[in-house]
Amino acid sequence: MEAIAEKEALKGGGFLIKETNAEDIFIPEEFSEEQKMMANATIDFIKKEIDPHVERMDSMEEGFMAGLMTRAGELGLLGVNVPEEYGGMAMSFNTGMLIADIVGIGGSFSTAYGAHTGIGTLPIIYYGTEDQKKKYLPKLASGEWKACYCLTEPDAGSDANSGKTSAKLTSDRKHYLINGQKMWISNAGFADLFIVFAKIDDDKKLSAFLVEKSYGGIELNDEEKKLGIKGSSTRQVFFNDCKVPVENMLSDRENGFKIAVNILNVGRIKLGAGVVQGCKEIASLCTSYANQRNQFGVPISSFGAIQTKLAKMAAKTYVAESAAYRAGQDIDNLIKKLEAGGLSHSDAKMKGVEQFAIECAIIKIHGSEIIDYVVDEGLQVYGGMGFSEEGPMARPYRDARIARIYEGTNEINRMLLVGMLFKKGMKGELDLFASVMAVGKELTSVPSFESPDMNIPMAAEKGVVKNLKKAVLMAAGKAAETFGPKLDHEQEVLMSLADMIIEVYAAESAILRTEKLISKYGQDGAQLYVDMTRLYLAEAVQKVKNHGDEAIACYATGDELKVLMMGMKRFTKVEPYNTKELRRSIAAKMIEANAFPYDLYS
Amino acid sequence: MKILVCITHVPDTTSKIAFTDNSTKFDQTGVQYIIGPYDDYALARAVELKEATGGSISVLNVGEAETEPTLRKALAIGADDAIRVNAFPTDAFFVSKQIAKVAEEGGYDLILMGRESIDFNGGQVHGMVGELLGMPSMSPVMTLDIEGNTAKLTREIEGGKEFMEVKLPAVLGCQEPIAEWKIPNMRGIMSARTKPLSVVEPTGDAPATTVDNFELPPAKKGVTMVDAENMDELVNLLKNEAKVI
Repeated sequence: MEAIAEKEALKGGGFLIKETNAEDIFIPEEFSEEQKMMANATIDFIKKEIDPHVERMDSMEEGFMAGLMTRAGELGLLGVNVPEEYGGMAMSFNTGMLIADIVGIGGSFSTAYGAHTGIGTLPIIYYGTEDQKKKYLPKLASGEWKACYCLTEPDAGSDANSGKTSAKLTSDRKHYLINGQKMWISNAGFADLFIVFAKIDDDKKLSAFLVEKSYGGIELNDEEKKLGIKGSSTRQVFFNDCKVPVENMLSDRENGFKIAVNILNVGRIKLGAGVVQGCKEIASLCTSYANQRNQFGVPISSFGAIQTKLAKMAAKTYVAESAAYRAGQDIDNLIKKLEAGGLSHSDAKMKGVEQFAIECAIIKIHGSEIIDYVVDEGLQVYGGMGFSEEGPMARPYRDARIARIYEGTNEINRMLLVGMLFKKGMKGELDLFASVMAVGKELTSVPSFESPDMNIPMAAEKGVVKNLKKAVLMAAGKAAETFGPKLDHEQEVLMSLADMIIEVYAAESAILRTEKLISKYGQDGAQLYVDMTRLYLAEAVQKVKNHGDEAIACYATGDELKVLMMGMKRFTKVEPYNTKELRRSIAAKMIEANAFPYDLYS
Repeated sequence: MKILVCITHVPDTTSKIAFTDNSTKFDQTGVQYIIGPYDDYALARAVELKEATGGSISVLNVGEAETEPTLRKALAIGADDAIRVNAFPTDAFFVSKQIAKVAEEGGYDLILMGRESIDFNGGQVHGMVGELLGMPSMSPVMTLDIEGNTAKLTREIEGGKEFMEVKLPAVLGCQEPIAEWKIPNMRGIMSARTKPLSVVEPTGDAPATTVDNFELPPAKKGVTMVDAENMDELVNLLKNEAKVI
């Protein structure tokens, strides 16, 4: 049984204007025995099929990656989110995230896996006709066929809709002839099915097509020489009069951009979840190394400087994990609700993810930056050995870097998430206006000296997050008032606002998880989680304040600037934690366990 | 063919070993349990035999309720049903008595298990079960094929291999490379929850042994590095510290 409790689904972005109860969020400790078994089976797959053969994978040995994908298909890993009637397992969204989370430790394989199961398969699940689904999904779920997704072009990256690839109807009206060039196409080297975005005639928007390699007219460039994920196939793809039957258009004409955007939402949140197990593995390796490596006559794990790194790796990973599965379950809950309301599973899934597009972007940005932190500090813990290709840190250091670039760069995602939030406010989907007004009113009134009820677990931390939300609303509300529709052009402000929002969501997710764990394990049993949450929160508050100050100074002057700065100070006020003790306490548990400090799947 | 695969529920090979209760009990804190690796090979071969010739696979574990996830994993890998004898597996004789009772009632053609568990590594159960049931028992079995009513197997012996044939039913203790261990597939995991897992009470036999206490081997001493140029120090250390010369 999947550990899903039917809960009232929140609205995407709603976390910013509402308080969330701990009992309403999902925490990874609630994974069912079955989900844990799936996680362990996936770990076993990576340990058996990939770890001993990393050199073969990263040297792009002919057929190796395609073979891996076939074996992943045999295990059912490629059909996790494919409906049962098309040969899949129809598992929940969060179970799909869990598998993506574990697959993340597979380095280059995780890119191939994500490209196939996400952007390569989901467009057909969500937008395919019955015939298209019947024809392609069973082959993709079993791994018999591999898929790739052809969106990016030399002059159309983040601005995907500006692509020049064209599709022209043949005179007999039976085929489209596709011509154009695509680049950075993951899995292109071995894909059997290409999902291609092109413009028909003089259309303004893209249309999508399902293109079988056997149609001909497809040429591939050599493999790209990449910084990381060297074992994943990445090529340019040229379409030269590629003849595609008209029935292979996916969804309606000019619906391609919408497909691309919606599919990327799923890709984003999975990518964010896909860093978690990798972070844990690296933190474990570093702990073990720091315990073995002696300098000045003692293990380097006994040094505060090293303990700081270990503890921060663990805390950040805990937070990324908390946020990812909270959002994943919110999506699952909404999908269930929509299905109960009469939508088909595919439509419900698409709408569910679309509703939480803000959270998807948050999870992607946050997760990809956490893993970059972890691999960077992991390499540092290893010192010179970290810089050596003989050591275990060089590969993850290189592999992790792409996560900030693909599935929409983190910069695009930052701007998108703020834009989507404002759009929801304008449409009245979220009552942002009332919340901003309330914060404005509070700003000009006498501060409350009410202190939180300390008998409630994590009460102080929840109070801090409540205020951080006010800081965001104040800065965002004033920015919107100042710039109006021209806020879109103030990218610097948007980036600062995005950073504030991300930190609020991440910190709140960890606080709620920890609150739930306190009720599960008791205060003492949950001390590790409390420490990790506080360590993260201390940093998050500073980040929110810094970004808030920076944003405000971009658009306010004189007295208004002073008032807003005072507000920012007031809403980011926090009783200081002794972070040294927090770090030492977390690190002590890691040193004792010789690994990441907790294990979800045993 | 009816196959019974006996599996152990043992600490993962990377577990940190510690004891509690005045060193009389194994400390289970933070320990992850797995199917015994040798049992895993036995199960994998059973699944292959079933795929080739049909039949059924039952898995058996002598253990308390916490071993059920291990049994369910075996179901996910390909067993058809599971039996748990509700008792702590105190020693080889006690476990063998339990297995023998289940095997007698089930009328199995082939009883497979690992050559030994990886917790106490006794390696005695297959022999005892064979004796209790009056069946031939062989171990360690490295290859196994079934032809009609005969098992053809290879056994590892000192300095070579032994090729044997044995009439079924028989009890075999297995080891690699009898089969490649299997990862449960997603569909298997999902179907495991619907497969029967029955709990039976143990026989009235008392364990044959009791544990006085456990003791960890002495910790290994660290390595002292001596500069290649400094032979005097090396001699001094060998003579006065290691006391080997």
